Amino acid sequence: MTESTESAARAQWQAAYNAAADTGALRDIPFDTMSGLPVEPVYGDGPYPGQYPYTRGIHPTMYRSRLWTMRMFAGFGTAADTNARFKEILTNGGSGLSTAFDMPTLMGRDSDSPWSRGEVGRGGVAVDTLDDMLRLFQDINVGDVSTSMTINGPAAVMLAMYTAMADETGVDRSRLTGTIQNDILKEYQAQKEYIYPPRPSMRIVTDMMKFTAAEIPRWNSISISGYHIREAGSSAAHELAFTLANGFAYVEAAVAAGMQVDDFAPRLSFFFNSHSDFFEEIGKFRAARRIWATWMKERYGAQNPKSMMCRFHTQTAGVSLTAQQPEINIARVAVQAMAAAMGGTQSLHTDSYDEALALPTEKAARIALRTQQIVAHETGAATVMDPLGGAPYVEWMTDEIERQAEEVFAHLDDLGNGSILEGVYAGIDNGYFISEIAEAAYRFEREVNSGQRIIVGVNEFTDGDDERGAILRIDPVVEEQQLANLTAVKSARDDNAVTENLLAVTAAAGDPLVNLMPVIINAVKARCTIEEVGDAMEKEFGRYVEPAII
Amino acid sequence: MSDASAPDTTVRHRVILAKLGLDGHDRGIRVVARILRDAGMEVIYLGLRQTTDSIVAAAEEEDVDAIGLSMHNAGHMTLAPDMLAALEAAELSIPLIVGGIVPDEDLQPLLDRGVACVLGPGASAEEVANSVRSAIAGAR
Repeated sequence: MTESTESAARAQWQAAYNAAADTGALRDIPFDTMSGLPVEPVYGDGPYPGQYPYTRGIHPTMYRSRLWTMRMFAGFGTAADTNARFKEILTNGGSGLSTAFDMPTLMGRDSDSPWSRGEVGRGGVAVDTLDDMLRLFQDINVGDVSTSMTINGPAAVMLAMYTAMADETGVDRSRLTGTIQNDILKEYQAQKEYIYPPRPSMRIVTDMMKFTAAEIPRWNSISISGYHIREAGSSAAHELAFTLANGFAYVEAAVAAGMQVDDFAPRLSFFFNSHSDFFEEIGKFRAARRIWATWMKERYGAQNPKSMMCRFHTQTAGVSLTAQQPEINIARVAVQAMAAAMGGTQSLHTDSYDEALALPTEKAARIALRTQQIVAHETGAATVMDPLGGAPYVEWMTDEIERQAEEVFAHLDDLGNGSILEGVYAGIDNGYFISEIAEAAYRFEREVNSGQRIIVGVNEFTDGDDERGAILRIDPVVEEQQLANLTAVKSARDDNAVTENLLAVTAAAGDPLVNLMPVIINAVKARCTIEEVGDAMEKEFGRYVEPAII
Repeated sequence: MSDASAPDTTVRHRVILAKLGLDGHDRGIRVVARILRDAGMEVIYLGLRQTTDSIVAAAEEEDVDAIGLSMHNAGHMTLAPDMLAALEAAELSIPLIVGGIVPDEDLQPLLDRGVACVLGPGASAEEVANSVRSAIAGAR
């Protein structure tokens, strides 16, 4: 920046900051150090927070006006069990809810499917019908609390159930706030919770984007997720590059489906991993914002600044947690949470120390929440925006991760003959994503195995791995209860209505000009199950089988 | 490990690796596949969403020496016994190895039911390869 643009940027940022202060938007706390030293909101050069390309943050006030949302992911057992955990989180100062579903639900299977044996309510909560959704949010005001639902393959059915739940409990759809993950592309690359092949899946995604833009305007229709790509073993740069490439692919798909960029892009949000290499992570978060802004403006012609802002949720790295000496994971999570805060995240889930062993116990989940509360309130990380901006190492890291990501985009653009969407499809088909991720995972394992890379408690400093503490066990009775719930719904519903609604879903799936969402909402209101609705679409879409390449 | 039980490293073992059921966490099994290949074994990776029937069919067709299942979703106490029952029903005496997230207190019950060995997070490449060889040796 030249001196004059720098001073203009500074003045513009200062005006935005002062305007927020004047309207009482800043938190009512002293912005000083623990020793009482007053500190500026931001140090160093522009562009400043809230200024394109948003490298330093998307808001001119960042955490001075509002801390990140402390959004703790929870779900296990029956809907009633998770409902109780949700209420506990809200009572303890959690500011948003995040739903973990069990494996059958994530794969669109009912609890009574042969595929579900042994998995019902184990890795999250089981949701088969709208009645489960009603129980899940019983006595929680979904008009006021924002909810995140981590589901992809059957995302349309789950969003339909959430909408139908609001309809049946008298909450206006326009008041609903939250996010549905709905990022199907990374399923083929990393998490593997797909149902249909990529192309029909993208039609479902664009239908959902259109539906939420019209009906639930405060809902984030996709959370484009690098988290699982990283957990599967990718490098930080590839986590970022694959995620943003998927983001570009959704933009291209939505535009091809007839939407205008600025009509949907402000509702796209992201989800990243925060791993243990502190500076690399912060560089990654800063690069993410810069790349997204630049591409949205330059390549996709966005004009609304909100379309250019990379808003993201962060979760600490589950894969970094060790089964050995599990309590030391608390320290890992604290460092990772610190990186997320200094990287400017909008919301954060901190992992529980016992997650390498099982789902978290209530105590472990509480310590995890307390960990990010310490970062927010005691460390000063929320006082100054982008506190590491301008540090030579962090600026270099930001540039370097951006450079590596641009190489990936160039490769995909090439694969897709000028279309990132086609490039991503091609990379799924030819195994590019899977093999890059698996190779990086294996390289890391070899380094740990040879002792070149020290993981405390695993290959070094191994004394003290004593008795393991209590872990959360899911009572097998959960499966019986859930099966009883499902049987009760099935016996009480109108079978003719079920049949008619499922035929309507299949018909809508066969007609790309019809939006699937209203049809699915009708079906779940008639108490069609998640699997029945999914099977009705499968008749048109088919089922995806991953090529078993190592 | 004593010399008497030292596994035979000269034979080229054939091993099936698979994900049984819905669980899609495949980072571990993909790493294990490469470890076993590097250790000189022939790995037949069946991929995701396998059933006990599909694994039995593949085991018969490929004439394998061991089967490795990876489990990260707390389904091991149901799915591992299901797999053992399916192998027994097919009259196949092929050692079954379970890898993944298995709580300590489930280790002995799994071994008691007939699982040849359980490999948890943090097992080294040598442990993985040696455990598979020992399981195969033990089954003979």
